[in-house]
Amino acid sequence: MLSTDTRDPAAWPRLLLTLLAIALLWPGIQLSELDLGVLLHADSQSEMGRFVATFWPPAHDRDFLHLLLKATLQTLAIATAGMALALVLAIPAGLLASRALSLSAASHGGRPSLMGRLLRWPVRGLLIFLRSVPEIVWALLFVRAVGLGPAAGVLAIAITYSGMLGKVYAEIFESTDQRPAHALLQAGSGRLASFAYGVLPNVAAELLSYTVYRWECAIRASVVMGFVGAGGLGQQIDLSIRMFAGGEVASMLLTFLLLVLGADQLSRLLRWRLT
Amino acid sequence: MTLSLKQVVLHHANGVEALRGVDLQINGGEQVAIIGPSGAGKSSLLNLLATAIRPSRGDIDVLGQRAWHLSARQRQRLRARIGLVHQAPPLPPRQRVVTAVLAGKLGQWSMGKSLINLLHPLDIPGARAALARLDLADKLFSQCQQLSGGQLQRVGIARVLYQAPDVLLADEPVSAMDPVLAGHTLTVLSRHAREHNVTLVASLHAVELALAHFPRIIGLREGKILFDCPSDHVSHDMLDSLYANEQLQSPAPTVTPLIVQIPRC
Repeated sequence: MLSTDTRDPAAWPRLLLTLLAIALLWPGIQLSELDLGVLLHADSQSEMGRFVATFWPPAHDRDFLHLLLKATLQTLAIATAGMALALVLAIPAGLLASRALSLSAASHGGRPSLMGRLLRWPVRGLLIFLRSVPEIVWALLFVRAVGLGPAAGVLAIAITYSGMLGKVYAEIFESTDQRPAHALLQAGSGRLASFAYGVLPNVAAELLSYTVYRWECAIRASVVMGFVGAGGLGQQIDLSIRMFAGGEVASMLLTFLLLVLGADQLSRLLRWRLT
Repeated sequence: MTLSLKQVVLHHANGVEALRGVDLQINGGEQVAIIGPSGAGKSSLLNLLATAIRPSRGDIDVLGQRAWHLSARQRQRLRARIGLVHQAPPLPPRQRVVTAVLAGKLGQWSMGKSLINLLHPLDIPGARAALARLDLADKLFSQCQQLSGGQLQRVGIARVLYQAPDVLLADEPVSAMDPVLAGHTLTVLSRHAREHNVTLVASLHAVELALAHFPRIIGLREGKILFDCPSDHVSHDMLDSLYANEQLQSPAPTVTPLIVQIPRC
């Protein structure tokens, strides 16, 4: 009697899903050759310890700070220019890939016509292609095409990030209430105007915070790409690590922390302004 | 003939038959109320008249044009001449009232003008005038999320008044207002329609309001027109058969003994 009363029909599926997740994770750990024991071995510990010990004090002489400032500005410039180029492609692609501009969806209860759905696929395919190749691979390609320097990083970020931004923009456009836009379409307005009046006010804050977060990621990515010769902080970190100049690495990591902190504050400020 | 339906049938996507063969003629400048029980198809009928949804079968003529035989562009131009007031106006919560009202003319404005208007309202006096007729001018620069349900409904009506369409359709436009305000709002609507020779069709829950404000009444039940006559011909029997509900015979209230449970620990 009691057992039928307290039985939760979702209990078995949940238990099975948990077991399934563990069963899938285990081979993943095996395949990735993760062995945390290595970290505890004495020799690797002392090796890491020696390198980390040189981190203090962070380098702060005049010449180095000048170099650091230049590299930081270059990193910011790479990330910002890359994002700007990515947006040029991502915004129209996001609009085309989502149902937000669909006129037929407005009069068929949110389902676009077959034609519209078919036309959306090539755009989605393009976005998948753009983001499926990691930016580091594009950077290696472009370093060969346009030579060592920041230009390769800008192009690599522009390509990969347009794919990511376009996909997420399309999802954000679709995740919000479509009725305001549909009501405007049904009152004769154009597609873009109905999007700007019906969807944009709802999603502006989310779009902005995601874009700022991606900008932060682009800063990180531009650092990583610096290691393969695409300029900025990454190239400097690479040089300093090779020269075992721990103090310089520490200064640059601190700069990095400040950049991410700044991006976080900017995102918070913009969200606060928009909500 | 401003609005004409011929044998219109509408199936919803979930298979429910919302309208089953409706014939309807409404002349230019007429004022018509649609009444009927919940789920009778009032909203579906208004959406069809607004060319917002396509009928499964049958013909619709609006302002002399067969809406679903037009190209998408021509249909958008036709839709710009039709105004539909929604029961719960779909407005983005963060949009300002002034923008929401000015959006009524998006169908008539160019794209450039629409986008500039989003950054800076281009016709603040126009929006204020439309709101003032509904006693809401003080909310011009509020956000829609700060308004109550009844105020939102009036914003939706102000948008349609600002749109100045040739056909004005209203789906339960006063359902969230108190009786005095509801009466005032319907008066504003019907006066606007009379002054500008606009065809007005409204669905209403409150039968008294429909009888008081509209010269022609259409009774809709289970997707069919039960009666269509001048308001002074509507009798008690007609209303009883319109709203009759066999399933809602509420059982005589049985007095359930009150049991008070006192936890013992």
